[in-house]
Amino acid sequence: MASTNKIDKIKKGNTSVTNAEAKVEEKEYSTLNLGPTHPATHGIFQNILKMDGEIIVEAESTVGYIHRAFEKIAEHRNYYQITTLTDRLNYCSSPINNMGWHMAVEKLFNIEVPKRAQYLRVIIMELSRIADHLICNSVIGVDTGALTVYFYIFSLRERIYEIFEEICGARLTTNIGRVGGIERDFSPKVWAILDVFMKELPAALKEFENLLVRNRIFMDRTIGCGPITAEKALQYSFTGPNLRAAGVDYDVRVMNPYSSYEEFDFIVPVGTNGDTYDRFMVREEEMWQSLSIIQQAIAKVKKEPAGIFHADVPDFFLPPKEDVYNNMEALIYHFKIVMGEIIYYQAYTEMIKGAFLSDAILTMSSMNVIAGELDA
Amino acid sequence: MDKETLLKTVEEKLKAQFGDGLLSSELLVDYPVFTLKRDIICDVVKFLYNDEELSFQFLTTLAGLHYPDNKGQELGVMYQIHSLTKNYRIRLKVFFSISDPNVPSITPVFKGANWMERQEFDFFGIVFKGHPNLKRILNLDDLGYHPMRKEFPLEDGTREDKDDKMFGR
Amino acid sequence: MSEIEKSKINIVKAPDGVEGPGFFATTMDKAVGLGRKNSLWPLPFATSCCGIEFMATAAATYDLGRFGAERLSFSPRQADLLMVMGTISKKMIPVVRQVYQQMAEPRWVLAMGACASSGGIFDTYSVLQGIDRIIPVDVYIPGCPPRPEQVIDGLMQIQKLAASETTRRRNQPEYKALMEKYGME
Repeated sequence: MASTNKIDKIKKGNTSVTNAEAKVEEKEYSTLNLGPTHPATHGIFQNILKMDGEIIVEAESTVGYIHRAFEKIAEHRNYYQITTLTDRLNYCSSPINNMGWHMAVEKLFNIEVPKRAQYLRVIIMELSRIADHLICNSVIGVDTGALTVYFYIFSLRERIYEIFEEICGARLTTNIGRVGGIERDFSPKVWAILDVFMKELPAALKEFENLLVRNRIFMDRTIGCGPITAEKALQYSFTGPNLRAAGVDYDVRVMNPYSSYEEFDFIVPVGTNGDTYDRFMVREEEMWQSLSIIQQAIAKVKKEPAGIFHADVPDFFLPPKEDVYNNMEALIYHFKIVMGEIIYYQAYTEMIKGAFLSDAILTMSSMNVIAGELDA
Repeated sequence: MDKETLLKTVEEKLKAQFGDGLLSSELLVDYPVFTLKRDIICDVVKFLYNDEELSFQFLTTLAGLHYPDNKGQELGVMYQIHSLTKNYRIRLKVFFSISDPNVPSITPVFKGANWMERQEFDFFGIVFKGHPNLKRILNLDDLGYHPMRKEFPLEDGTREDKDDKMFGR
Repeated sequence: MSEIEKSKINIVKAPDGVEGPGFFATTMDKAVGLGRKNSLWPLPFATSCCGIEFMATAAATYDLGRFGAERLSFSPRQADLLMVMGTISKKMIPVVRQVYQQMAEPRWVLAMGACASSGGIFDTYSVLQGIDRIIPVDVYIPGCPPRPEQVIDGLMQIQKLAASETTRRRNQPEYKALMEKYGME
């Protein structure tokens, strides 16, 4: 046995054990339980890691710690009662989820949404995209040890909440929009604070970037950390910024435009390595593009007649009362949420294999996995 | 290619390759939907994946279905596949009896189907043959039933504080 | 006047006691309560949406540091206050209980949001209908999710409890009975 040889050698006074001899030795792995309430998991995920020192040899993920049975609830609800659920899926950007639901219903009912409402929706969606990316990117900062960016950028993020609050009355779980449009036109105050926000954002975002983008420590920590190739990403059905960071130039806003996105002029940022830094940078650039989209949308809204924010379809809202209670067909029969997070997270075990434990945590935060959406 | 030509193209290709394995095809709202025999689903997905003209190489989602009134074909699985390069989207459906809830797994074609299939196993009790690690994913292992099936209640049975009058029951 | 008194910073007032030249006497309970109240170490047990509102509360705009609670303790061993924020599913029950049992006395529990308090809108087979079924709760914050102002208010209620609690309370039979009710020591 190699180990006895080594001990014998040391006993004999020969302390130099060659590397080759050390390698032959049986490796002792340790098991580490990461989560489900580990602070670095930003939510509830459990990973049982088989570790060789600092390096992860194998990982096994367990999810379902906040399974709330969204799909089952939705099958017991009316069409207009679903937004309370979509709010709580990815709670960092609930308005986008709301809009997704409304657009699905509008497609089924064949409702044409007025242009003004579409542009207003674009503003809301892009604002929440910024809010979501800000959380994700600032948390990458926190996980690399740069807590400042989180404190700094959250005061800016509060402005977005203030705008949402002014539009719909809620900060986080917005319940924004209605089937056929949005619930009311933007008030003058919304336009005023949106204006202020649009002036504040570039400076704050620039400063945020200055703290991280060319920061030597941040770059060393994130470049090459948790990479995924484009082929793998497609195999795992990645979407959104995570797919684009891997180098696939697919953006659903361009390929299958909804809510008049085809009228907007924006760049789709694409990464090359699919590592944490690329994901971070793709999100950074998307925020700048969102800013430009919002500016374009504001200009477009001003050209549309005021006061038209909802399609003129009063009678599809409620199935007849007796149908609701007696016939479940009047409700949704099968409800399926296509969750991006479960897709990202199942690739996680493969992505962290052979990585350092500290890199594994960064990889997770850079994929922006939100437990609420993952477990639905 | 518009939706109707896409429907026809895929239909012809599937008919040529699988014969009567294709049971029906239709255009639902704006989605071409194909109902297939369940045993060939993995082969169909692989065929559409490798087809150069269509290249459906992206699995958007898969979902379990349960229609208790549809005797003999209560359970089903819906696959939504997407061709990123051509921007086509179609749905495939298979149906089978609740007493024999087996369907071939498509994990050999799409790695991403792994957890999706586990989820549908958890929710509907659909057994995906050939799946590498088919066990419950979201619920507790000892739940004892498959909650998304229509006969099971939504609500938590342990609550005593609910007055049925308040809920219109 | 000292420098602090001149500035606008509020410092905590000393508890009632007997003051004389060169000495100040008060009860142990009050002195300890004062210390506990103003240096709570919360353990943010954030599972879902409420966690994001907690992040907003902890960040610069609302600043939990004003209440001496900015030192978030992610280890239950050093935490005083367990803040359960978000839905607790049945799969999560053993974890919550274990975290609670790992905390040292004195410990307080704050249930933030409708889900933690009562299950909220998720009256489903997989969700625990309120964490008070598995661990004792001191303060409930309503809301779905509560605003940061409400979270701060909830924290101040905990501070009141911490300040007024006698050091011996945890040895009393009532407290032991409560723990037994939950099947804990």
